[in-house]
Amino acid sequence: MLASRSIAGVFAQSALRQPLALRGYASAAPTAAFAGQKGANGKYTVTLIPGDGIGPEISESIKAIYTAANVPIQWEEVSVTPILKGGKTVIPDVAIQSVKKNTVALKGPLATPIGKGHVSLNLTLRRTFNLFANVRPCASIQGFKTAYDDVNTVLIRENTEGEYSGIEHEIVDGVVQSIKLITWDASERVARYAFHYARSSGRNRVTAVHKANIMKMSDGMFLSACREVSKEFPDVVYDEDLLDRVCLKIVTNPKPYADRVMVMPNLYGDILSDMCAGLIGGLGLTPSGNIGRDASIFEAVHGSAPDIAGKGLANPTALLLSSLMMLRHMNLNGYADKIEKATLTTIAEGKTITGDLGGKASTKEYTNAIINKLANA
Amino acid sequence: MLRSAISSVARPSLFRQRHFATAISSSLDKPTKYGGTYTVTLIPGDGVGAEITDSVKEIFEYVNAPIEWDQYDVSGMSSAGEALFKQAMESLKRNKVGLKGILFTPISQSGHISWNVAMRQQLDIYASVVLCKSLPGMPTRHNDVDFAIIRENTEGEYSGLEHQSFPGVVESLKVSTRAKAERIVRFAFDFALKNGRKKVTCVHKANIMKLGDGLFLNTFRRVAEEYRSSGIEYNDMIVDNTSMQLVARPQQFDVMVMPNLYGAIVSNIGAALVGGPGIVPGCNVGREYALFEPGCRHVASDIMGTNTANPIAMILSATMMLRHLGLDHIANAIASSTFGVINEGKVRTVDMGGSATTSELTGAIINKIAASQ
Repeated sequence: MLASRSIAGVFAQSALRQPLALRGYASAAPTAAFAGQKGANGKYTVTLIPGDGIGPEISESIKAIYTAANVPIQWEEVSVTPILKGGKTVIPDVAIQSVKKNTVALKGPLATPIGKGHVSLNLTLRRTFNLFANVRPCASIQGFKTAYDDVNTVLIRENTEGEYSGIEHEIVDGVVQSIKLITWDASERVARYAFHYARSSGRNRVTAVHKANIMKMSDGMFLSACREVSKEFPDVVYDEDLLDRVCLKIVTNPKPYADRVMVMPNLYGDILSDMCAGLIGGLGLTPSGNIGRDASIFEAVHGSAPDIAGKGLANPTALLLSSLMMLRHMNLNGYADKIEKATLTTIAEGKTITGDLGGKASTKEYTNAIINKLANA
Repeated sequence: MLRSAISSVARPSLFRQRHFATAISSSLDKPTKYGGTYTVTLIPGDGVGAEITDSVKEIFEYVNAPIEWDQYDVSGMSSAGEALFKQAMESLKRNKVGLKGILFTPISQSGHISWNVAMRQQLDIYASVVLCKSLPGMPTRHNDVDFAIIRENTEGEYSGLEHQSFPGVVESLKVSTRAKAERIVRFAFDFALKNGRKKVTCVHKANIMKLGDGLFLNTFRRVAEEYRSSGIEYNDMIVDNTSMQLVARPQQFDVMVMPNLYGAIVSNIGAALVGGPGIVPGCNVGREYALFEPGCRHVASDIMGTNTANPIAMILSATMMLRHLGLDHIANAIASSTFGVINEGKVRTVDMGGSATTSELTGAIINKIAASQ
C-alpha cells in the first residue's frame, strides 16, 4: 500500500516536472537562432543543394544575384542524391557534414523517387537535422494579379509529429487506426519559435490555430503549450482560433492576418500554407524555411519541373525569396531588403518576367534584370 | 452563367435541379405524414440560431407549409442541457427529420463532447452535403463557383478517441473503415448521377497517411470503376493541393468526396468563395434520418441577438428539407423568392455588404413570395 502510494507520488512528480525540465532545456537553445561565424575571408559559408530538374538553373540565378549584391556568403555546393550504403539508400555523408558544419542550407527542388521503399529525402533531412518548424510566409506579389491583392500571412507549422507520425495499423481487415501524436515538447518548441519570430519580425501577435473543440486532448495540449510560452512573451499578443474559422476568414479577406504569425500542428499547417500560397498565385512565388535544432534549411517548395529543366525558362523567385528568409535568419537583413526590393520591382514592372508569370523572359534575362536593378539602387 | 440560376427558377428543368433542387437520396425511409402535416424536430442551436430559425418559422407560416415544429432549445454553452439534448435526440428518432442550428462546443477538456458530432454519430447520418454555388447578386472574388462537398460525417479524426500515454504525450486516433468509406463514396457518385453532375473528386492525404487515407482512396477507386458506365469522370487530389486549387481555380470542382476533417476545411474555404457561412446550406443524411443545418457550422455568438445574422443559409437548408419531404412546390416558391431578393440586392445583411436586419431580409423574402403568387 505504502509502496504503491510512493510510486504514484513519483509519477505525479515526474508528470509535474516533465514540462518544467523540458522548458529549461528549450530555453538553453531558445529559438534555434543562427550562431554561425564568418570565415577568414569575412564570409559565412552556406551549403547549397541545387536539387533536381530546374534546381541547378535557378540556383545559378541565386548565385549570380548574390555575387552582384556582394552578400558575404560563400557557397558550398553538395548533392543529396541518395547513394547505396549497407543496402539502404541514404544521403551522402558529405552533404550531411556540410549542413551540420554550416548550420544553414539553401535547397532547390528534389525529384520524388517513385516506387516503394524510398523514404522521402525531405523527410530524411527533416529527421537528420531536427527541423521542427516550417515557416511559410505568403505575400501578394505586385504585378502578378490574383483574386486577392492584400495577402501578407506568416504561418508556422509544427514539422515533426501530429498526423505525420507515420504510426498506423490495420486492426482487422478494413479498419485502420492512424495515430496523431502530439507532445508537449514539440508543441512548446514550435510555439517558442513562433513567438520569437513574431517579436523579431515586428508582427506582434501570435494566433494558435486548432481544433480543440473536437480533439480536446491532443490539440488541447498544443494550446496549453502555446499559452505557457505566451507568458514569457508579455509584449506579444496571443490568441487562439478554430481551424474552420481561420480558413473561412482568410479566404474571405486575408488582410487582417497581416498583423500576426499563425502557429499550428502539422497537418493544419500543411493545408493552410498551401491555401495561402494559392491566394497569391501558387508555389512558384512562395518561400519556405525549415528551422531546426542543429541546422536550418531554406527551400523552394515547388516541384522540380522536369518538363522545362535545362531550357532556361524556370522562375527562380521562390528559391530567391527563400534565400532572403535565410539572410534574415542570419541577421543579414540589409542585403535581404535590397535584393527583395530589386526582385519585386522587376516583377511589378512586368517587362522582364518568366513565362509562368505571363512574361517571355528566360531565367537569365530575369536574373540580369534583377542585377541591373541592384546596380542602379 | 451567373444569370442562369435566377432564370432557371422559372424554368422547371433539369437545370434547376443542379442549382438548388438538389436531390439527396431516394432510398431514404421517408418520414410519415400524420393528419396532413409532418412533424419536424427543430433545434435552433446557440449563437444566431434562434434568430435565423425564427426567420424560417415565419416564412413557413406565411406559405402555410404543412410542418409542425417540435422545438428543443438545447444549448451547448453548458453541460446542463444534457437532459434536453437527450429529449431532442428522442424527438429526432421519432420524426426522422430535423432542422438545426449549430450547438456550441467548449474547448476545455472538462467540457462536454461536441453534441453536433454526437448527433451525427448516434443517428448515423453519415453524409454531409454542402453546396457552394456563386449566387447572382452576391458580390465575391470568384465567379461561376458551383460544387458540392460530400463529407464523411461519423468517423475519422472525430472519433473522440484520445489518451495521454505518458505525461506530455497524447495520441489521438483517426479511425478509417472500408465500410464507411464505401458508403460515402457511393453516396457521392449517386449524388452526382441524380443531380446531373459530371465529375467526382476524392480529397485525401494518402501520401502521408498511407493506410488510413489509402483505404479511403483505394475504396474510392474501386467504387468509381463500378460507375464507369455512367460516364461520370473521377479523379483524386491531395488535400493541401486541393485547398490551393480551391482559392485559385475553384471552377474545376464539381462533386468532392472526403473524410471528416478535410470536409471541415474544404467547406469553409468553399463558403468563403461564394459569400460566407450566411448563405451556404447543408444537410446531414443517413439511411433513416436527415438533419438539415447550415453548411458551414459556425455558432457566430459574436453577433448573437443583434438581429444582423444572415438567415439565408438556414432558409435554403429548410427548402432542402421541404424537398426531402416531397414538398417541392413550397420549396421552389421559397427558394426562388430568396434568390430573387439576393439578386435584386436591395435588402442585404451586413455580411452581404448591406445594412438590413435579419427581420428585414425575412420580410423582403415574404413580400417576394406574396408578389409571385
